[in-house]
Amino acid sequence: MSLPSQLDQVFVLLQHWVAGLFPVWLQPFVATVLAVVGIVASFPAIFAVTTVLERKGLGRIQNRLGPNRVGPLGILQPVADGIKSLTKEDIVPFTADGLVHFLAPVVLVVAVFLGFAVLPIGRNMVLANMDAGLLFFFAIGASTELSVFMAGWSSRNKYSLLGAMRAVAQMISYEVPLLLSATVIVMMTGSLSTVKIVEAQGGFTGFLPHWYVFTPWGFAGFVLFVIAALAETNRSPFDLPEGESELVAGYFTEYSGFKFALFFLGEYLGMFSIAGFAITLFLGGWGAPFSFLGFVPSWGWFFLKLLGAIALFIWLRGTLPRLRQDQLMNFAWKFMLPMTLLNLVVAGAWRFMGEGPFGGVTRWLVCSAVLLAAYVLLGRVLMRHQKLGPRSYRYAE
Amino acid sequence: MLGEGILKGLGETAKNFAASFVSKDRLTTIQYPEERAPVIENTRDFPFLVYDGEDKMAGLRCVACQICEKECPPKCIYIVKSTDKKPDYVGKPQIYPARFDIDISVCMSCQICVEVCPFEAIKMDTEFELSTTDRFGGLLYDRDQLARSNQHYHKIHPTEAAEVDARLAEEKAKSEAKAKAAAEAAALKAAAAAAAPKPTPAPAPAPVSVKEPTA
Amino acid sequence: MIPTLFGLTLPFLILAALTIAGAVAAALLRNLVHCALSLTITFAGLALLYLNLDAQFVGFVQMLVYIGAVAILVVFAILLTRGAGMPEYRSFSSNWLLGLVLAAATFALLAWAVTLSLPASAASAAPAVTVQGIGVALMTTYVLPLEIVAILLTVALIGAVIVAMPEAKSAKSPSAGKAGAQ
Repeated sequence: MSLPSQLDQVFVLLQHWVAGLFPVWLQPFVATVLAVVGIVASFPAIFAVTTVLERKGLGRIQNRLGPNRVGPLGILQPVADGIKSLTKEDIVPFTADGLVHFLAPVVLVVAVFLGFAVLPIGRNMVLANMDAGLLFFFAIGASTELSVFMAGWSSRNKYSLLGAMRAVAQMISYEVPLLLSATVIVMMTGSLSTVKIVEAQGGFTGFLPHWYVFTPWGFAGFVLFVIAALAETNRSPFDLPEGESELVAGYFTEYSGFKFALFFLGEYLGMFSIAGFAITLFLGGWGAPFSFLGFVPSWGWFFLKLLGAIALFIWLRGTLPRLRQDQLMNFAWKFMLPMTLLNLVVAGAWRFMGEGPFGGVTRWLVCSAVLLAAYVLLGRVLMRHQKLGPRSYRYAE
Repeated sequence: MLGEGILKGLGETAKNFAASFVSKDRLTTIQYPEERAPVIENTRDFPFLVYDGEDKMAGLRCVACQICEKECPPKCIYIVKSTDKKPDYVGKPQIYPARFDIDISVCMSCQICVEVCPFEAIKMDTEFELSTTDRFGGLLYDRDQLARSNQHYHKIHPTEAAEVDARLAEEKAKSEAKAKAAAEAAALKAAAAAAAPKPTPAPAPAPVSVKEPTA
Repeated sequence: MIPTLFGLTLPFLILAALTIAGAVAAALLRNLVHCALSLTITFAGLALLYLNLDAQFVGFVQMLVYIGAVAILVVFAILLTRGAGMPEYRSFSSNWLLGLVLAAATFALLAWAVTLSLPASAASAAPAVTVQGIGVALMTTYVLPLEIVAILLTVALIGAVIVAMPEAKSAKSPSAGKAGAQ
């Protein structure tokens, strides 16, 4: 095996070597445990790095320095945060529903971790290569809503409950465009398996890769998927469920200490997994962006892309103000849903025009024109009814 | 077009992000323990007791009139009057506070005690690094901790302190003049009384001039 | 080899116990939200049973639809209708006998149907059904039922929108409608 491919498979080889130390009947079990440990160790580590990157990045966007006290340049800040959250008092409200209050963060983190099982991190690096991997991810993602509701309801706090209701309504609304924008990929690949989706994007034309994002429907799908993913993970500008000016901290208002840290962890891990899926579906997964960069390990590309996605999320958070509830819902049902449905049709047209005489440049032009026209028209229609300006009140004044 | 504003905003934040690494004057944050913003003259946070001269307890201007204690909205001042007297800045014997405690953790920095004090004895400090590890006793300041020299007052609020000093000097001069006049009048009367055989009751002593509260 | 008990595998027994426990809790708990959450355990148990039977697609759809949507719907319905968290409901309704008879009858019917449909030889190899196969079947053999279901759902959706629309009176005056929307 050549050195680059050895480096590419270093974790797989390591797993095989360690598993080889055990008796044969135990080997599949050991290999699985090793992979799970890898996931459970690496993504929280990325979470720790992300918190400090996010705070520093947001600081720079607002012309501040960000955290710079713990360790050189503040890079040990997550350690301090971790110690703090571990040593803080765990307060459970007197009237809270103790069991449900305890279970909510656990359910959230477990569900979010399960989502990583089908995420291909590198070549041959996926925990469970399922036939219906994508469906598994969405099924798991749907169950996080329940934990959010459990947290909000069991706290016996009106802000918690309001935040939970907002979060659940928002997640349900944006799950539709999230699923529909991912469906395009399934239509094109003909498979729900995440590994097959990445392999389908593996080829190169010249030195450019065959990523789905470089097609009209893929680009539209990517943008829609990212918007829906932002909403699904309650990130700014869709962070109404925890709008601190209105709801203290939303559904985890009544959580403190390590349970709060678990919610924080769950939120960020959800962001990583959904960003990982955006990469898998649209950005070629662990594939290299240029044909001549194939010597870099596949997992390296995945984590680089993940870092880029995280940076984009931070950048968006530093830029956009929070939406209002009606704007949020209008956007989901009046813009996202029609666009994703249209994207399905366009993807179908692309598929069949490729077989017919209209392949090549024609289908590029037609599909782009249809999507762009729909985008402009829909935008115009939506903006026409939007009265921008100072807000008018009915009762106050 | 829809989304134009978002792109514009993203450009703006990207510019901020990049430029904050290049130009130092974009960063407005002061790295507090190492750097400090200059304290502006009108800063006020918690009250202190002014004393004149070198000795803290002897020079204390407070006469334990307890007006501030009564006016304090959160009732964070506690005063015990002394049984003996000591001379004030004019030289007149006055009661002084045997105890003067302010619970800084209760004080809300309203400055009412300063406004009602007729003796210019309590003023607002600018000291803000008051954190302590003792939750109850650590923020309960007694008169020894509260006493600050007039020089300190001049240092933190020069304009105001100069006004106060001028007023006090004027009052002192006035009361000295009055005392002198009273003494002269008393001497004159004594002489007259000595001249006239009929004894008359001595005139009431000149009232101690109590300055109106500076509103 | 997976150990068996009464001819049933251990994972199946655990999952069955979980499912039944969830169902019993959903029926007996006093707090409505607790009932709904217990019902979710039942849904999850069912999904895991499907997965245990190598029916990936059905298992995941069960998770997506029942845990992700139906459970949330139940919970929303509870919160929007009656005051949740007031454990004032009696666990047994007054006509529990009738309910018991109904439940027993339903169980008997289902059991009868299941025993009838069992193949003569119990140990048959599980058919390998891929997601692609299900998709092809839905789009060819079962395209008519699929379309009928789709129309039904669309009708339900439009109906829901009409129910949720503002009343005709306020719809006429644009200011009231707009104020409500914004």
